[in-house]
Amino acid sequence: MFKQDKYIISALVVAALVCMIIFLTYQTQGKWSYVLTLRGTKIIGLVLIAIAIASSTIVFHTISHNRIITPSIMGFDALYIFIQTVLIFFLSVQEIQSISPTLRYFINLALMIAVFISLFYFLFLRSNRSIFLLALTGIVMGIFFRSMTNFMIRLLDPDSFSTIQGLLFSSFGSISNELLSISALLIFICLVIIYKVRFQLDILALGREKAIILGVNYKKLVFMLLTIIAILVSVSTALVGPITFFGLLVSNLAYLIIKNQNHVNLLVTACLIAIITLLVGQFTFEKLLELQGTLSVVIECLGGITFIWILLRTHKR
Amino acid sequence: MNLKIFLAACLFVVLFVISLMIGVSDFEFSKIFSDDDHLLILMASRIPRNFAIVLTGSSLAIVGVIMQMIAANKFVEPTTAGTMDSAALGILCATLLWPHSGLMFKMLIATLFSLFGSWIFLGIIRRLPVTNPLLVPLVGIMLGGVIGSIATFIAYEADLLQYLSIWINGDFSGILRGRYELLWITFGLSIIAYFIANQLTIVGMGENIATNLGLNYRAIISLGLIIVAMVTAIIVTTVGMIPFIGLVIPNIVNRVVGDNLTKALPIIAYIGAVFTLVCDIIGRLIIFPYEITVSVIIGAIGSAVFIYLILKRPRHV
Repeated sequence: MFKQDKYIISALVVAALVCMIIFLTYQTQGKWSYVLTLRGTKIIGLVLIAIAIASSTIVFHTISHNRIITPSIMGFDALYIFIQTVLIFFLSVQEIQSISPTLRYFINLALMIAVFISLFYFLFLRSNRSIFLLALTGIVMGIFFRSMTNFMIRLLDPDSFSTIQGLLFSSFGSISNELLSISALLIFICLVIIYKVRFQLDILALGREKAIILGVNYKKLVFMLLTIIAILVSVSTALVGPITFFGLLVSNLAYLIIKNQNHVNLLVTACLIAIITLLVGQFTFEKLLELQGTLSVVIECLGGITFIWILLRTHKR
Repeated sequence: MNLKIFLAACLFVVLFVISLMIGVSDFEFSKIFSDDDHLLILMASRIPRNFAIVLTGSSLAIVGVIMQMIAANKFVEPTTAGTMDSAALGILCATLLWPHSGLMFKMLIATLFSLFGSWIFLGIIRRLPVTNPLLVPLVGIMLGGVIGSIATFIAYEADLLQYLSIWINGDFSGILRGRYELLWITFGLSIIAYFIANQLTIVGMGENIATNLGLNYRAIISLGLIIVAMVTAIIVTTVGMIPFIGLVIPNIVNRVVGDNLTKALPIIAYIGAVFTLVCDIIGRLIIFPYEITVSVIIGAIGSAVFIYLILKRPRHV
């Protein structure tokens, strides 16, 4: 480990803790237990989202050998919402409500994993396709999923409509609480698995052929990692809704400041940056500027500019 | 050829009449001379709506092909270059700053914004390598996203989100006599486009060839951009954003007719109009007596065709 990286990561840990403390204690009135539960759940939600998005993006970058396109740029969070709409569309609201929310969540998840993996193989397994072809296809697919979702929710009755409506717009201010514990569990499992294969991820970053020569069971590993990405994307989308560029922003910041780019370093750094960004952003918007629900819009704007900038920088005429 | 034109004209008339007959209020052709109400519905609602559909479809298709010539790229059109979003931002700003201004004034501000948006877009794509045509729509969609998120931010803070969504979701249901006449300007602009079709074809070959052939490259580009900006602004102010017509129609026509614009433009305009008519008819029938906005239907069909065009790209494009 480079010494510099150690300092950077420690500094980020401290910064993240400071952010959490400020977020918890700023201008508190009334009972501590009440304040702490209220803000505590909010922080847990934000941290979970940050970890899910950051780690899924880094792993996706490693599998697809690029640093530009992310699961959400490929339209996969739109896919999650689309699948959910299809479910509500084909089952009636009564049937949906007769299934327990946890079971529904897992049905969604299973469908998402299946569709995500088939789409990934359909798009990525032909090696002659350039990364821009994939990015553009992904973006347009995202538009397609969103249009189809829009199309289908217009065919629905108002009851089902309101169920979907809440999913379509991301807002860090209103993270759904009932999903927190199950999301935390899923993310924890994913992180444990990622940690177990951390060295294989480093090898995978060298490229497909080299990874196979070095004895990695490539097919099995990629399949497993894709499943993990699908779960992480589903979890974050279910919690907060689609945010296109957040993963791109934090992962590229991590690539920028870390010297020794093994996956433990990268993942930890990206997650910490994501946590700090979300906490600072949400705090600034909610408490200081008193603007509600616009953080995601600002992230979209900055992320879009970053994306164009990266493209311009790497592809000078 | 004459038979083809005759058949095409027949198809158009049939679709136009079918479209006239669909609607919620009680209306029959046989009664228009005996019953004033029926005549009123025809003249004040049905006919304006049909003209609006035809004008929007044909002029958007033409605008798409003009942009493709100017940017020398097959995948450029108002929604993949940020032009539509710029226009929407323009209307939003006009509404905020001069709330009592008329439609004409808003349209002018929107035109200025779309011109500015196109200027930024062209500035960016000049810095991209010509060897990778997919980068251009990629950057354009991102730019549109950035401009769109600025608009969302402003609208959110000014409590104008609902207005913004009216301009974002293109829809013909609000078209009545007295509220669509601006659209006839697009007819005039389309005719101007037809007269400079040859010059635009040459512009599409690149600045060097165009200048060598004795063309005033800058003048044609500027004229083309003004047409694009005005048409986009008018359509966004009266109907709202409609995606992908300008991309899908010219690309399909181009594969059959080739690059000669004088020959292709009338066909592009015709197919654009017919396509929009069919989509609007579908949208009105599918959940009759309610209707699905045309932008949703065109968005779904258009993005599917767009994906097809990207993945099945001929090698030389």
